[in-house]
Amino acid sequence: MSRAVEESNRAMLRARDAMDRSYDQPLDIPALARIAHVSEAHFIRTFRATFGETPHRYLQRRRVERAMYLLLQTDRDVTDICYAVGFGSLGTFSRTFRQIVGESPTDYRKRAAPAAAVPTCFTKAWTRPSSFG
Amino acid sequence: MTMNALTRSQIYVLDQNEALDFYVGKLGMEVHTDADLGFMRWLTVNVPGDRQREILLETPGPPRLDPKTAEQVRELLTKGAMGGSLFLTTDDAHKTYADLVAKGVDITDEPTDRPYGIDFGIRDPFGNHIRIGQMHGQG
Repeated sequence: MSRAVEESNRAMLRARDAMDRSYDQPLDIPALARIAHVSEAHFIRTFRATFGETPHRYLQRRRVERAMYLLLQTDRDVTDICYAVGFGSLGTFSRTFRQIVGESPTDYRKRAAPAAAVPTCFTKAWTRPSSFG
Repeated sequence: MTMNALTRSQIYVLDQNEALDFYVGKLGMEVHTDADLGFMRWLTVNVPGDRQREILLETPGPPRLDPKTAEQVRELLTKGAMGGSLFLTTDDAHKTYADLVAKGVDITDEPTDRPYGIDFGIRDPFGNHIRIGQMHGQG
């Protein structure tokens, strides 16, 4: 039983890593399920059981984290950033950003200060907005 | 009375033979010590030429950890939540990346220019995260 959980966890982590790599592409559940060696229906359920959120929500947080970075580190406009991180419309981006971060992209850009230079993987993991309250 | 070096670090692995295959066979590290102590297999590796810094590849289990705790560690490790991270440097990030891709290593992110250098991320077979960087101004 335990061995099966470990193998499932590792396969789900491989799929999550794939989402991290191609966050600007549309969510491709069939491809992710293939990476994790499970059916599509099983993938969403198992991902949620493993990481505490759906693949869709994880991808949203990943994209919003990238958008937060680009808002602070570049002077690209909000619409440009919205499409660059994979959102299909400015409305969805603004609504999702506000829901997750608690303020609009423009307000966030005005308020937040650039981060110190530390290894990117830590910045990525710790600046990703939480969906766990 | 100050400390002067970091000589050994530890990460958990699920299987020491598989760990050897990955860290030595794929990443090109050297076996520093592989000793059967009876109560455990003491297995450490180091970056080639840097024998002053060892990485202990330890399996979680009794008697150090009770079976239930070991199971929890194994579950956290395989979902990438154990926190085992290694930061390695290279002279040529793109070349090292291509070499590891050819060997079938899991990539978490591709070589990217950062303020501090060019780096990319990989995972070992168990879920530990490893970052490999070609750093500006440091070895």
